[in-house]
Amino acid sequence: MTGAILEIGGVTVAHGGRAVLQIDRLAVRRGEILAIIGPNGSGKSTLLRIMGLLDRPARGEVRLDGRAIDWGRGLLTSRRRFASVFQEPLLADTTVERNVALGLTLRGVPAGEARRRAGHWIARFGIAPLAGRQARTLSGGEAQRTSLARAFAIEPDVLLLDEPFSALDPATREDLLRDLQRALRETTLTTVFVTHDRNEALRLGDRVGVMLEGRLEQLDTPEVVFGHPAGPDVARFVGVENLLPGRIASAEGGLLTVDCGALHVLVPGELSIGRSVILCVRPEDVVIRPASAGSMRDSALNHLRGQVAELISIGPQVRVLVECGQPLVALITRHSVVELALKVGSPVTASFKASAVHVIDRGSAG
Amino acid sequence: MELIWDGIRQAFLLLLGMDREVLAITWLSFQIAATSTGLALAVGIPLGTLIALTRFPARALVVSLINTGMGLPPVVVGLFVSIFLWRGGPLGFFELLYTPAAIVIAQFVIAAPIVTGLTLAAVQQIPPMFRLQMVAIGASRGQLLWLLLREARLPMLAAVMAGFGGVISEIGASMMVGGNIRGQTRVLTTATVMETTKGSFDVAIALSVILLAMTFLVNYLLTALQQRRRPS
Repeated sequence: MTGAILEIGGVTVAHGGRAVLQIDRLAVRRGEILAIIGPNGSGKSTLLRIMGLLDRPARGEVRLDGRAIDWGRGLLTSRRRFASVFQEPLLADTTVERNVALGLTLRGVPAGEARRRAGHWIARFGIAPLAGRQARTLSGGEAQRTSLARAFAIEPDVLLLDEPFSALDPATREDLLRDLQRALRETTLTTVFVTHDRNEALRLGDRVGVMLEGRLEQLDTPEVVFGHPAGPDVARFVGVENLLPGRIASAEGGLLTVDCGALHVLVPGELSIGRSVILCVRPEDVVIRPASAGSMRDSALNHLRGQVAELISIGPQVRVLVECGQPLVALITRHSVVELALKVGSPVTASFKASAVHVIDRGSAG
Repeated sequence: MELIWDGIRQAFLLLLGMDREVLAITWLSFQIAATSTGLALAVGIPLGTLIALTRFPARALVVSLINTGMGLPPVVVGLFVSIFLWRGGPLGFFELLYTPAAIVIAQFVIAAPIVTGLTLAAVQQIPPMFRLQMVAIGASRGQLLWLLLREARLPMLAAVMAGFGGVISEIGASMMVGGNIRGQTRVLTTATVMETTKGSFDVAIALSVILLAMTFLVNYLLTALQQRRRPS
């Protein structure tokens, strides 16, 4: 693949005879943010350790810039092109500033230069007042900020994040996620981000990979992965969603209008105009009515006109794909299908409440 | 009670009067203990670190042996060092028995397991993930070792104190391999025993006070170093 900075192929890792990781091929594109999601124990961290050249797989190869990794003499040089942040930030017993500069010190960067670069990232992650503090006196969130600054200061070719927010309380996580999002947009750093939280993946990932039981089941854009899961197991894990990428077009009285290209969607929220978002709508929240029915006037309701493109029975329910500028999936009862006499090509109105939309903020334009 | 006060006064007189023999004994005691502790550190720190970081068969046995070694009776050490250094012994040709070097060897054997065991414990209490994270941010093998020892530096100062405290105060081995020869191998502990058996309690007390003062001073300096950054 062109533009792949890091590739792994034919990698197998087994513990006690059981394969915990089996990846045929995975290529990380230069400059992308690749989110890998999966439940606990699905092999995500093992994969990340192999990507960071921290573990050598029993079988398979890792290629950096198209060249196979030399696990002998050249390993340190290759490994130093990476920086990792883990769920539990472990810092050296010294000041915050020295911890942030540690990756640079280890690489032989002169002290003055190291301090300058560390200072920049300390400020970026909002820990400037703590720079002189001893690392062991920090709270969990502060330590994770230090750990992130330590990784960014290295200015690696590839940044690896292993569940960096899982151990934090929701408020701290939200703050840190926002700072990380901003830092990533600024640097266009190639990033692999492992998480079991699909919201984090949706928020940060340019592409999303789903790992289940050691296998990479699907790897695609968030819209495809969450909207069209490759199989029932993936669907079960990601939770089928309608994902509509868009931009805030206007904001009025707690109601936002999101421009999703062919259609406009009303959602509740407080975000500034121009911000890039992904809207999530669960299929069971989408109501289908015949297009002929008069449209109700309701400011908090979204009505999208379209045509039925596909009907698939799933047990007692039917998955209806409506093409309305953007594909929208609705999950309705078999009874409703009969009542509405739905078939492929039927003109319909798909409706969902503004309050049923989950908004994921992808940050400002750019 | 009066005996003790007399002894303490005598000690000050001996010290203030710069009694040559007492000063020489004190200095020799310090030199021998410092040398043997230094050698024990040179061997024990790398060895303890190595054992802490590696997994090998019979590791549990080795660790148990080291822990046992931490409580090695000095007389047993004295006995075996004597046998080795004896004129007819395996190392007899070095003619070290009844020299300060013999005491250093015996004290090294006493201190090395203490330093090794405490280093092992100090390095082992660092979470294994710390090693992974340091490697992940670019530490080479040597840099990783340095970072680990730096992380363990506070408990390792305890290893230095325990090692030095163990050898400066031990008597059995110093007596057996040194022989308490005046002007050559007489150290504070052996001199104290001798003065006590002679009934010169005042001198014995003086020597004890000096021994305590020296041990205290060394520990005080190391503790100050260890506790320097506590409050923050």
